[in-house]
Amino acid sequence: MNMNVAPGRVEAETRNVRLIADCDIHPTPNTTRDLYPWLDQRWRTHIETFGALRRQGVQQGPAYPKSQPDAARRDAWPEGGRPGSRLDFMQKQHLDANRVALGVLTTISPHPGAYQNPEMSAAFCRAVNEWQKAEWTAKDTRLKGSILVPYEHGDLAAAEIAHWAGDEDFVQILLLSRTVEPMGQRRYWPLYQAAQEAKLPIGVHAFGNGAHPITSSGWPSFYIEEMTGHAQTCQSQITSLVLEGVFERFPGLRIVVIEGGFAWLPPLAWRLDTHWTKLRAETPHLKRKPSEYIRDHVWITTQPMEEPQSRQHILDIFEWIGWDRLLFASDYPHWDFDDPARCLPIAISEDQAQRFFLDNALKLYGVDPAKAAAATLAA
Amino acid sequence: MTRHIVCAARDLPPGARKLVHLEGRPILVLNVKGEFHALLNICPHQGASLAGGILTGLVESGEPGDYRYSREGEILRCPWHGWEFDVKTGKSWCKPSRIRLKDYPVAVESGGALVEGPYVAETFPVSIDDDYVVVEVATARVAERGAAGG
Repeated sequence: MNMNVAPGRVEAETRNVRLIADCDIHPTPNTTRDLYPWLDQRWRTHIETFGALRRQGVQQGPAYPKSQPDAARRDAWPEGGRPGSRLDFMQKQHLDANRVALGVLTTISPHPGAYQNPEMSAAFCRAVNEWQKAEWTAKDTRLKGSILVPYEHGDLAAAEIAHWAGDEDFVQILLLSRTVEPMGQRRYWPLYQAAQEAKLPIGVHAFGNGAHPITSSGWPSFYIEEMTGHAQTCQSQITSLVLEGVFERFPGLRIVVIEGGFAWLPPLAWRLDTHWTKLRAETPHLKRKPSEYIRDHVWITTQPMEEPQSRQHILDIFEWIGWDRLLFASDYPHWDFDDPARCLPIAISEDQAQRFFLDNALKLYGVDPAKAAAATLAA
Repeated sequence: MTRHIVCAARDLPPGARKLVHLEGRPILVLNVKGEFHALLNICPHQGASLAGGILTGLVESGEPGDYRYSREGEILRCPWHGWEFDVKTGKSWCKPSRIRLKDYPVAVESGGALVEGPYVAETFPVSIDDDYVVVEVATARVAERGAAGG
């Protein structure tokens, strides 16, 4: 009989063989007070007196409880803080371990872009942007921020974009997917004009509170319906952007669908094309088939990935969307995190993997590959 | 097969767990209501360490509007995506035939029995009046490690 003592040991430091870009990382302030250095006393007093009025019936937080506390991985809680609140913990657990060369920050908690009070929305978006720069991108050059904008107020959103345009710490503009009106409508056009001028893509991240039911048939009962419903929202947003002629008017516009799923995208395009051949006269401002606008203007992040019985189906969908349009995202530190070492259901070629895990994101976000590699080495 | 002493039984009371590495494998040893179980600490879905998951119960329902809660403390939920595993069998609740945890034989043996082995005295200072949790694992192979892009 052979007997051994069994001490525990820590996990190996590096899990991943290649450098990757992660296009959906969520930093979070522990409390609103963390934003105070960048907020006028007027707004500090305001939030302590009146709170933040979001566009939904409940005032505190989302309408549906999440499946894990703070919607986070249970192993992603740093000492004394919320998941995503401490850079050193994120570096150790995710950026270093998974060899993240470019990490795109997508702050959604909070995302004040839909606050009902326009000036308050603008002030808080500015504060979150300053916070991202001071607490994250300035401290780790692998990280790049997303500009939060008061997206329900087109002119104010455009002003926020203009303020940051040219700042290399920010690589996209970030909206939440549930807007007050469909995204193609004219109230949002100043935002698109500013994005095109700044040469920045617009990330549309699932969630938000548009004051409407989160499904097209009303308020559902369960969180699983909200999770599934994100796909509905993203479909209606892409449909609106295409049909209102936004891509025709703003040919430089690039949309990144973040955390909305993607297996629905090919059939949506097929359906739009089928209808368009018969109904083209209703929208004569469109010069091309809807699917062509989608192929030229829409990128997708792959988390959460649909998990079909036949794994080949995912590859078929990737093929249709195009290997130049796919972006890896982990959603760290949230509970539905995708592990870059395990997320793909099936083997892909080296060329496909290189594009999917890194090159597409560097190109889309205008990050120099040499700089990204240097940032990784310096970390 | 190699047998490994994990800890003294009294150091792993009901509800407690301990993560150990045996023969190159991370193994989670749990005491569920006095019964010991050992499971491979890699979620077969996406590889999370299960050690950070909660032990919970099972919610079942015969029809909408009716539910019951049972088997408290016997279901281990993955800390990432919430997959539920039956600690007693290693099977996942939703896909028991395809997604399951590897489990290992666990026994509680007295220190008096353990010191009879030829190697124990050199590697483990046992006090022979205690009981010990012992896990049996196949001898090491090269550890598998996933890589992005396969």
